[in-house]
Amino acid sequence: MANKPILHYFNGRGRMESIRWLLAAAGVEFEEQFFETKEELQKLKATVLLFQQVPMVEIDGMKLVQCRAILHYIAEKHSLLGKDLKERTLIIMYSEGTMELMELLMIYSVLTGEEQKQKLDEITNKTKNRYFPAYEKVLKTHGQNFLVGNQMSLADVQLIETILMVEEVIPDALSGFPLLQAFKTRMSNIPTIKKFLAPGSKRKPVADAKSLENIRKIFS
Amino acid sequence: MAAKPILYYFDGRGRMESVRWLLAAAGVEFEEVLLETAEEFDSLIKDGKLMYQQLPMVEIDGMKMVQTRAILRYIAGKYNLYGKDLKEQVLIDMYTEGMKELSDLFMLVPFAALEDWEKSVKFITEKATQRFLPVYEKALKDQGKNYLVGNQLSWADVFLLEVILMVEECKSDALSAFPKLQEFKAAISKLPRIHKFLQPGSPRRPPMDEAGLEAAKKLFNLEKGLLFKYSTIVLVEL
Repeated sequence: MANKPILHYFNGRGRMESIRWLLAAAGVEFEEQFFETKEELQKLKATVLLFQQVPMVEIDGMKLVQCRAILHYIAEKHSLLGKDLKERTLIIMYSEGTMELMELLMIYSVLTGEEQKQKLDEITNKTKNRYFPAYEKVLKTHGQNFLVGNQMSLADVQLIETILMVEEVIPDALSGFPLLQAFKTRMSNIPTIKKFLAPGSKRKPVADAKSLENIRKIFS
Repeated sequence: MAAKPILYYFDGRGRMESVRWLLAAAGVEFEEVLLETAEEFDSLIKDGKLMYQQLPMVEIDGMKMVQTRAILRYIAGKYNLYGKDLKEQVLIDMYTEGMKELSDLFMLVPFAALEDWEKSVKFITEKATQRFLPVYEKALKDQGKNYLVGNQLSWADVFLLEVILMVEECKSDALSAFPKLQEFKAAISKLPRIHKFLQPGSPRRPPMDEAGLEAAKKLFNLEKGLLFKYSTIVLVEL
């Protein structure tokens, strides 16, 4: 029997969360090894991290680093990267857009005061005027349930992840986007995703002030 | 006969340069639409041609492709520069993602004039020589040939040469501690299509100068003062 993938990260969302989402959506059980101190991270850096960076995922005899390399590997392995080069390219185009938006949200979460408020304005503007209209248009144009090729792909998993993340800071983000609302409902009801959204799963919560402080210490 | 790909960008390296390199390495001729004003950029957006209202955009095979990673992977896949199986592909992805991090940092060098130029350049060249180049030196050593992955030229090799030349523009002796990279550089530079791309008159762009910097500032929205605040996060919209 194949070993379960092992995720090496701290106990929080960060850049590992999209990988947790994808594995969960694909129905793949995985284990996690959390580092909690600077020293533990240093040890990883000195031994198994190709570019001295996390995330790192041990899978199929490899120690994979770099989010996109990891995501595309898992997606391809589990038929979530389309059926040909054109579908694959569309999936990556859509996935990259969601990752841009999630990156802004990540930055937002570590800012404070006026800077944080300005970042929220930027995120609100881009969500409502750039990213959500783009995905609403894709769904409207082909009228299908999934973004690409009439079946679930990496792009759909990242889009539902992003929608939920945006709604945590902008509760009415989906107003004006009926197809994305329907998409959110459908995706949330897919059994593997429904399980991931229920309590007790490996999905991580938003970092609180104490966790953020700890993360800063680890990466200092 | 298939139409040539058309690259939409400004007349500079930026995020489009890697695409020019890869098309050249694949032996694919292309055309370019070079934007010069914010109005031309807005016009593309109003025409609905840019999915996320951003560049680069490449018209190729009936698609208006955006997002550099998507574009590069399409070209690599189409022209057999993406390895022979999933394991080679993931290695290529890991290596090229490292190169992209480095190249994103180097893209900021001209804009570092907005902040502390020397400090910024030192930071970037140290990242290159301490974090990234040693990885590729080791990979070549372990491979025992002048290809990073497998037995043939891949996108990773093309990108590595591009990045090596970028580093050397900032620090001419950057490869002094890396004999395998020196050998690699010589070997890949000699390949006919690459050699042609390195000659004057090719679509290859020079490093950004003062005039180019001013032009880019006019076209794009730059967030001054935040360029190096987050060491792995680039806050420039390009």
